[in-house]
Amino acid sequence: MSAADTAAPVAPEATELLLRGLVGFTTALRHAGVPVSTERVAAFLAALDAVEVTSEPQAYWAGRLTLCGDPDDVARYDAAFAAWFSGDPLHQPNWVTERRPPRLATLTPQPEPESDADGAAEQQAQQVSASGTEVLRHRDLGELSPAEREHLRRLLALLRPAPPSRASRRRRAARRGEPDPRRTLRAALEAGGELTGLRRRNRSRRPRRVVMLIDVSGSMSPYADALLRFAHVVLRRAPGATEVFTLGTRLTRVTRELRQRDPELALAAAGRAIPDWSGGTRLGEVLQAFLDRWGQRGVARRAVVVVFSDGWERGEPELLADQLARLRRLSHRLIWVNPHAGKDGYAPVQGGIVAALPHLDQLLAGHSLATLERLLEVVRDA
Amino acid sequence: MLAGVNAADGPGEDAAPPSPPPAAPGSPREVAAALEATGYLADEGLATAAYLAMRMPRPLFCEGEPGTGKTALAQALAQATGAELIRLQCHDGIDASQALYDWDFPRQLLYLRTLEAAAGVSHERLDADAVAASLYDRRFLLARPILRALQSSPTVLLIDEVDRADDEFEAFLLEVLTEHAVTIPEIGEIRAATPPIVVLTSNRTREVHDALKRRCLYVWLDHPDVAREIAILRRRLPGLPDRLAEQVAAAVHQLRGTELLKPPGVAESLDWALALQLLGARELDVDNAAATLGAVLKYREDADRVRDRLDTLLAS
Repeated sequence: MSAADTAAPVAPEATELLLRGLVGFTTALRHAGVPVSTERVAAFLAALDAVEVTSEPQAYWAGRLTLCGDPDDVARYDAAFAAWFSGDPLHQPNWVTERRPPRLATLTPQPEPESDADGAAEQQAQQVSASGTEVLRHRDLGELSPAEREHLRRLLALLRPAPPSRASRRRRAARRGEPDPRRTLRAALEAGGELTGLRRRNRSRRPRRVVMLIDVSGSMSPYADALLRFAHVVLRRAPGATEVFTLGTRLTRVTRELRQRDPELALAAAGRAIPDWSGGTRLGEVLQAFLDRWGQRGVARRAVVVVFSDGWERGEPELLADQLARLRRLSHRLIWVNPHAGKDGYAPVQGGIVAALPHLDQLLAGHSLATLERLLEVVRDA
Repeated sequence: MLAGVNAADGPGEDAAPPSPPPAAPGSPREVAAALEATGYLADEGLATAAYLAMRMPRPLFCEGEPGTGKTALAQALAQATGAELIRLQCHDGIDASQALYDWDFPRQLLYLRTLEAAAGVSHERLDADAVAASLYDRRFLLARPILRALQSSPTVLLIDEVDRADDEFEAFLLEVLTEHAVTIPEIGEIRAATPPIVVLTSNRTREVHDALKRRCLYVWLDHPDVAREIAILRRRLPGLPDRLAEQVAAAVHQLRGTELLKPPGVAESLDWALALQLLGARELDVDNAAATLGAVLKYREDADRVRDRLDTLLAS
């Protein structure tokens, strides 16, 4: 608050009122989903001080330049600015309606009634013995009772994925590699100018980026919750080198939401961000959106890309094939995880997966904890 | 040392605000005019951003499609303010020794040897402390772009493609960007007489940390509209026939609306217009467009798709 006070022009009640209105606007903006910090508010007021406050375009730009930090923020800012400064109480900006209640809790099927019969004994077994964990590791994620689901969450949180790595441009002292003139000289200096041996350096390792694209359409909904939790665990392990997107009828980036430490808060935030839970899939189009907006710019470049989807494609399979070919050229490894691939009698016949197969490095199962652990190994070794 | 504490607090309000550069412009309109004189046509938002960057002063954080003039903005600002442009191209693994300063180790070693030899001849005893101090002298300091920008003023410091650097590097930029000062342990603090105008660009391959962004003015650059693009073409290519400029701008604008792997930026439309001009074209037709398509479209798939539809593209 002190920041806002000092940045404000010194003057009596009129400015006080103006100041309140402006700070009120930033609060409205925060409610619209733009992460506005006090520091940004201070910068906004300082910027207003430098331009003509009475000119609407200049006030608009002063706010947009200081309060936004992302292209997505710009649209929200425009709506909030129009709503606040038009002074029209009937004007309903669309950001209010866009917010949806979290649906994660109700997303998963609730087999509560029938679980009484055979589930009770099973639950009992899990509570007392470690072998229950072993069984659960191989159970299908889509067919768990609520108690098992709870247990699985705890198991997921225990995963310690090792991120894949790549050679960095930076060099570090090493036992083998090219000679390091600087350290060699320094060692010589210590020995009174005598060269005692070559010191060497080698490229250091950096985490390789992992991009997870999770299908959240209707056919994948039994798995979506567990997969997002899985993504959260991987993301928390290497927050700077992991990106998570959800695919449905549109593309949503949930990396920012999932970055929170607490899995429940992170999942709830992701649930609010995803507008197309359990809808249809247009994999080809959404992948194209991903590649145009993110992938080709660099997010997918040299990354390990993991697509979680069952391959049910409503759109044209040709488009999907084209986009996957593009993705394959950009990425380091392209892995497709299909929850149905591990089941007996599975054959890759769905339109989407047939189109995808020629472009994949690997097709893996992903219906149980054990198969997800296997996926982590594949990603680590990529 | 003190600067280190301040950097951790963020831009401390108690610290004296750095004085704006002497030739600070009076209004965004003046900035726009100055930029236009160098051949860079800025819209109101960009002019306001550049004006605020000089007045507040804060770094400009520019994001946008490739080819929308992020780097050109820095060049134009340097030209307009008569400042030297210092460019730091980021890449992965970039560290302080490449961005800030480094000690010229071989020269230090040679100097030390010379001292030893001289002492050996004159049978003097060397004062170890004095020798150590003389080794870390400014003359052995190799100034890298950021330090150069602080030492010489006025300057425009362009930190290009900051998203390519590692995230540790951003943390290190924070002190420089907020304090306009650098602390070198052996020498002390080096502070810019007038803060440089800093322009950071990012292609969004990675999200830059909020701590860095919130110290900057955020500029999102879009492709210009047709009228502005025609104006840019005319301004940058003086001999260009009017009709050709209009057609190129309209065609490029249409291409951006179609589904392409890489929609052309302003840089591409300038290239295209130049290519057509060099071929002596007076206006754009299917033949010369097909021959010069490589100047606008950089993917075989895009070129194939557009080549079939050139006549409809040009007809509109």
